[in-house]
Amino acid sequence: MSVIKAENISKKYIIDHKKGNAPKSTLREVITDTFSGLFSSRDRDQETHEEFWALKNVSFEIEQGDRVGIVGSNGAGKSTMLKVLSRITEPTQGRISITGRVASLLEVGTGFHPELSGRENIFLNGAILGMKRDEIKRHFDAIVDFAGVEKFLDTPVKRYSSGMYVRLGFAISAHLEPEIMIIDEVLAVGDAEFQRKCLGKMKDASNAGRTIIFVSHNLTAVQGLCNKSIFMKKGQLVEIGETNQVIANYLSHIQKTGLSSSWETPEDAPGNDKVRLKSVKIVPKYIGDLKHIDVRTPFKIEIEFWNMLDSANLNVSLHLNSLTGECVFNIGTPSRKFEKGIVKAECEIEGNFLNDGSYSLSFMVVKDTSTPLMNFEESLIFEVEDYREGVSWYGKWPGYVRPQIAFPITQLEYENV
Amino acid sequence: MQEIVIEAGRTAKNYWKDLWRFKELLLILALRDVTVRYKQTSIGILWAIIRPVMMMMVFVFAYDKVAKIKDDSNVKYQVIIFSGILLWNFFATALQQVSNSITGNSNLVSKVYFPRLIMAISSISVALVDFLVGLVVLIPMLCYYGYYPDWNMLMIPFFLALTAMAAFSLGLIFAVLNVKYRDFQQIVPLVVQYGFFVCPVVYSVSKFQDEWWFKYYSILNPLSGIIEGFRWSTIQNYAYFQWSSFVPSLVFVIITTFISIVFFRKKENSFVDFI
Repeated sequence: MSVIKAENISKKYIIDHKKGNAPKSTLREVITDTFSGLFSSRDRDQETHEEFWALKNVSFEIEQGDRVGIVGSNGAGKSTMLKVLSRITEPTQGRISITGRVASLLEVGTGFHPELSGRENIFLNGAILGMKRDEIKRHFDAIVDFAGVEKFLDTPVKRYSSGMYVRLGFAISAHLEPEIMIIDEVLAVGDAEFQRKCLGKMKDASNAGRTIIFVSHNLTAVQGLCNKSIFMKKGQLVEIGETNQVIANYLSHIQKTGLSSSWETPEDAPGNDKVRLKSVKIVPKYIGDLKHIDVRTPFKIEIEFWNMLDSANLNVSLHLNSLTGECVFNIGTPSRKFEKGIVKAECEIEGNFLNDGSYSLSFMVVKDTSTPLMNFEESLIFEVEDYREGVSWYGKWPGYVRPQIAFPITQLEYENV
Repeated sequence: MQEIVIEAGRTAKNYWKDLWRFKELLLILALRDVTVRYKQTSIGILWAIIRPVMMMMVFVFAYDKVAKIKDDSNVKYQVIIFSGILLWNFFATALQQVSNSITGNSNLVSKVYFPRLIMAISSISVALVDFLVGLVVLIPMLCYYGYYPDWNMLMIPFFLALTAMAAFSLGLIFAVLNVKYRDFQQIVPLVVQYGFFVCPVVYSVSKFQDEWWFKYYSILNPLSGIIEGFRWSTIQNYAYFQWSSFVPSLVFVIITTFISIVFFRKKENSFVDFI
């Protein structure tokens, strides 16, 4: 029996562009723009509304008891899909019918109030997630036990450690009894022990006949939990099917299209009248027969651009950012004098350096080591897959880097027998 | 098993049913706001008494002792001010809470579905608790000055409800605008500040009730009718309330409530995209 049936779901956002200006967001801008618009028509023309389809004609069916993973790179529409499914935002077009009670966990501990105690927050969060009061009461002890916070029940959660906070949040949602659960990335937090508990809890839920929809960047977790997967790309559904198959296709797809973008002529290329981007590439040195980058894979970053300035002192500053936008590192080339023409910068990132996860490359071309000429934001997005040896733990490895620094351990003394 | 259909514009159909289904959430959010209000204060809810009492004392001092303004009514000035401040504080707090209810709960707006109206309704709770605590002080105070409770007091809930609706409907409009333009976060306190003097809060209408412009005053200032009505229901033999000046208030409240809910419903689904 299919419990979720989505037909041609589309979601449109309108992005306001104004030349050389940020989108209008304060009342003052609206007022001044309206008035200046009355007097000059040119002002209007500088404004463009761009339609952006976060989802485009997505259709699928999910059967009862299915555990469905949604995979795709950033901006593929996964989060929008979850938001539409959990009714946070309405689709622009299309129709979804859902049979059964839905609980969506787009975040751990949604609506927790820092000033309230653990006990009060259990009731608050439970109600927000759609539990009835007596249902919460019935599960109260189990929740407290699962989270392991007995001693701190009457402490405000602002004094909780982040681990306790997350555990309590997950414990509440794990005791929901909906027919359908929608889960976003919640496993990315918490310690290993707790992650195992969560995965176990989710498996139990699905064994009990519940349907789970799960979005994660952690492909290992998706593979471990989901029997079916959906692969999304640029707002469209590329494939739905058996998890291993879909993930294999997804990985090979990322490596095919994701690792380079280039432009034939300066006219089409992004940039301005000083510099235009010719190409940006990631060239991996795959390990063995692999066709994707994992934590061991060394790779080169190559950037080529058209310089349109006469004898200018230029250098390139490169930012490698995490999925959440934090900068992992920033490196700069030396500054040199360049004539009009094509300039290339490259650097090599050794293997066993980056942790698994999604990263984006942004870079700037800088003149005289001080004036940025052009900033190319998120010009490439790539994923580093997990690889472990000799570790029987599958939780998310924390940190942005996973360097192999020698860390010997020896026995110093033997107890005299 | 229930079936949910998600479609553009679909929420409208089940909206009021959903609102009822989420009534427990409404209560718990209200409870949250009330609990959090005086968390980590040593005297807690006593603040709900201290604030209006202090304010009354300041005004009694300024008007009665310094400026020596004579109120024409033969009602004790303390009583006029305290009753006015009590109701005005209710209005002002409710207005501010409702205006900030959506932006203040942005984490909920972007993460879970429920009728957003719940956030606005529940946020009145804080004002209501403060008011009820204040009422506990007002009644002994009235007795002390020789105004004993009478049947008119049964009308207190009616005027309270009207004030709540006025605050709710105005607040709802501000709440929607606040989502996109945070300017309204600055505007609401101004409205409250000016309104305090424009409405008969620290004076009664007795002084200018017979002026030719009084009827325009009550039309332009719909709250004045409600405040005077509240005084009439609490203060024994309060003679300065006219039902005729109350009609504009009633009309105003009904119309704004209707408009604000329609406006809110229309914008509600786009909150998540702008917040």
